[in-house]
Amino acid sequence: MAPSVGKSVPRVDGPAKVAGSARYVDDLVLPGMLHGATVRSDVARGRLLGVDLDPAFDWSGITVVTADDVPVNAVPIIETDQPVLAKDEIRHAYEPVALLACEDRLRLEKALRHVTLRVEPLPPVLTIDDALAAREVIRPPDNVFKRYLMTKGRGGAAVDGCEVVVRGVYESGAQEHVYIEPNGMIAFWDDDGAHVEGSLQCPYYVQKGVKGVFGLPDDGVDVTQAVTGGGFGGKEEYPTLLALHALLLAKKSGRPVKLIYGRQEDVEASTKRHPSRVEIASGCDRDGTLRSVSIRVLFDGGAYVTLTPVVLSRGALHACGAYRWEDVTVEAIAVATNTPPNGAFRGFGAPQTVWAIERHMDRVARTLGIDPMELRRKNLLRLGDTTATGQTLKESVGVQECVEKAMAASGFTQKRARGPVVTGRVARGIGASVFLHGAGFTGSGEKYLKGRVAVDLLPGSRARVRTASTDIGQGTETVFRQIAADALGVAVDAVDFAVPSTRHVPDSGPTVASRTVMVVGSIVEKAASALRVRVGEEATVSGVSREAAWDRLAADPGRATALVQYEPPPGVVWDDATYSGDAYPAYGWACDVAEVEVDLDTFETKVTGFWAAVDVGRVVNPILCAGQVEGGTLQAIGWALTEKLVTRDGKILNPRMTNYIVPTSLDAPPFTTILVEAPYSRGPGGAKGVGELPMDGGAPAVAAAIEHATGLVLDRVPLLPEDLFEASLKGDAR
Amino acid sequence: MSVTLTVNGSLLTLEAPPAARLLDVLRERLGLTGTKEGCGEGECGACTVLVDGVPVNSCLVALGQCAGREVTTVEGLGDAQHLTPLQEAMVTEGGAQCGICTPGMLLSAEALLREKPAPTDGEIREAIAGNVCRCTGYQRIVNAITEGARRREVRP
Repeated sequence: MAPSVGKSVPRVDGPAKVAGSARYVDDLVLPGMLHGATVRSDVARGRLLGVDLDPAFDWSGITVVTADDVPVNAVPIIETDQPVLAKDEIRHAYEPVALLACEDRLRLEKALRHVTLRVEPLPPVLTIDDALAAREVIRPPDNVFKRYLMTKGRGGAAVDGCEVVVRGVYESGAQEHVYIEPNGMIAFWDDDGAHVEGSLQCPYYVQKGVKGVFGLPDDGVDVTQAVTGGGFGGKEEYPTLLALHALLLAKKSGRPVKLIYGRQEDVEASTKRHPSRVEIASGCDRDGTLRSVSIRVLFDGGAYVTLTPVVLSRGALHACGAYRWEDVTVEAIAVATNTPPNGAFRGFGAPQTVWAIERHMDRVARTLGIDPMELRRKNLLRLGDTTATGQTLKESVGVQECVEKAMAASGFTQKRARGPVVTGRVARGIGASVFLHGAGFTGSGEKYLKGRVAVDLLPGSRARVRTASTDIGQGTETVFRQIAADALGVAVDAVDFAVPSTRHVPDSGPTVASRTVMVVGSIVEKAASALRVRVGEEATVSGVSREAAWDRLAADPGRATALVQYEPPPGVVWDDATYSGDAYPAYGWACDVAEVEVDLDTFETKVTGFWAAVDVGRVVNPILCAGQVEGGTLQAIGWALTEKLVTRDGKILNPRMTNYIVPTSLDAPPFTTILVEAPYSRGPGGAKGVGELPMDGGAPAVAAAIEHATGLVLDRVPLLPEDLFEASLKGDAR
Repeated sequence: MSVTLTVNGSLLTLEAPPAARLLDVLRERLGLTGTKEGCGEGECGACTVLVDGVPVNSCLVALGQCAGREVTTVEGLGDAQHLTPLQEAMVTEGGAQCGICTPGMLLSAEALLREKPAPTDGEIREAIAGNVCRCTGYQRIVNAITEGARRREVRP
């Protein structure tokens, strides 16, 4: 059987999706089902004094749930600070306070208008600076959720002794995921316990939440992923809240309940990318050799902890970029504010710090008067170098090749050298970024998680892969089939993919952190290989054909399945106490080049070309892989140019697709994607992770291109026309 | 009141309030759940269907407006075992990822290809500008529609 890894096998779930027969959660209907809705606060901070139901309204047939109905009123994520429904305290402007369910959606909408919350407002903490000033303390003792300190060599103090010292401050705003399918969940109870099915990335996260809140055993909760219309991290931790809400309504009403968010509610209430400020002081030699760096990372965590400590960790670990430094200090702080909780979003903290370090590299180059790519090339991490955490890079560093290929394909050197091309009122420029992204969980994460995968032999030389890894569009269903098929020596269509459901699949861990192919895929490969050996042994021992041996094993429940647990690669050592060692088993590497046109009258920016060269190790499926690169890059371009979340008093002023603008086909550039393959020995077939990497480099490449075109130095995203206009008034030009 | 219209080739008479959203009638009354709701205000294009061959956001169209007209949804293209060349190309070229925008995207593309059998990249981008995709970056959707157009020429 010819190997399928490396081939663009068409996505297996494709036909159902293009025919409209794939079932997403809103397409599911259960008999007797009610529709659910959420009553939310409308002030950012306050004391909740009461929930009043209008006595003049007809409440028959309407189920009402409040905090008093919640068995354990704490959502278990990293901490348990977030209530399922607010009881006494309002901590952000969209805090869920009560739930309603009704068979008739029109009556449900009416009923929502007859619930009044009595709230005594308190002064909210709305920005990072407010939080650090701590005039109001919303997270004792100092409004800080989490703090990390990383040092290497003599630390950041060594910056002051360097020949050339450059300082900069870089900021980024919140970003909404805008998966096109809003959050949704359907729930019911029966003698077996709680059942939920919905749009989600991590079935076992939801299971943990339901177990904790309702006090149920593992087998009392069944969580199933419906076909999911995009996630990007937005359906990592947040769907737990919907599952809990739908189950509370279902329990009280005794009926199945479907809870689907409208777009506005989804934008307002769900998690966002953490707004950030990153302060960098770096020291280098006059020839551009980087020596020392001191970095302070500040993230706005929002109202609850959610996943903020881990997001901050990834941000800190990527803050030094793809470069060699002898002396490093990174201090990272996440604070609490009275804004909706910020959480997981593709890139998970790295886009903010990569934005900062890449803009800083351009600033250093400008200060030294050398070409920005020459500066980068001089200082890129190579095999054998040590990273900021002291990790020695032993293999799979394809960054040099990424830089060469992206620059050659885009004609970067010539275009850069000739300077901005101004035609009438349009100025054209080109810019680039270089970056890395750690694949898999940070530090000891995978060791503690102990992800498990099952592969089953089925009659007729077929097999089935069972994991909790969800396909949310990336192509997991297809690439896992490819990996298993090659390991078993069968065709891709002889392998099934079990729907992720906690009753039927082992916990292979969450679908996050660019870990699905590299980590979970490697367990799939191992389990499938074990079965191939088992089939061969059975054929030899019993003297039957391979096919007959396969059928015998498939019929024997004791021998049909290989259940394999992840073994961290030997020699990967991480110290949580000092925040040093092997931060990630492997890194993806990339170079992005953006070409832009800026209208010098209106300050509108159009990205007219984009080249991405990425090293994600061995590519399992080139079309799906390039699709990840291009889709992630366009999200980065949106974050850079149009996606601005406007807030006032903790409320979002543009919670709709009419005024929160994500790129359309006319805003997107043509993409040239170059796949550089520096194989990683522990990934399946040599693969690393790809999902998040492309989110990291788009914004700084676009900003560098605008700077090249206009001379405007821009250190904050998003870059709307008014931001460029203001920068031009301030005379920020070189 | 009753409204008579053609949906995917079948003549139907429905009793419904004339202001009912076409989207809800398709999904809830007719069980045609291939048409998706992403925003409910005509911005995302996930609910795109064809009315007399022209793409519209079915969340903005009242059932009453469709009286005597012909509505085409994704179910009116090919089913999963009998894909049209355009649907097939959307799979093989990587134009569908999560799939939620795909039905609407296909109908906008279908309308384009009926008018222009061999569109340029610019014409394709213009035709799908009302269909937001958050997964692909659009490059592979453009490739898929180009390839779908080519395969239609060979096997209409």
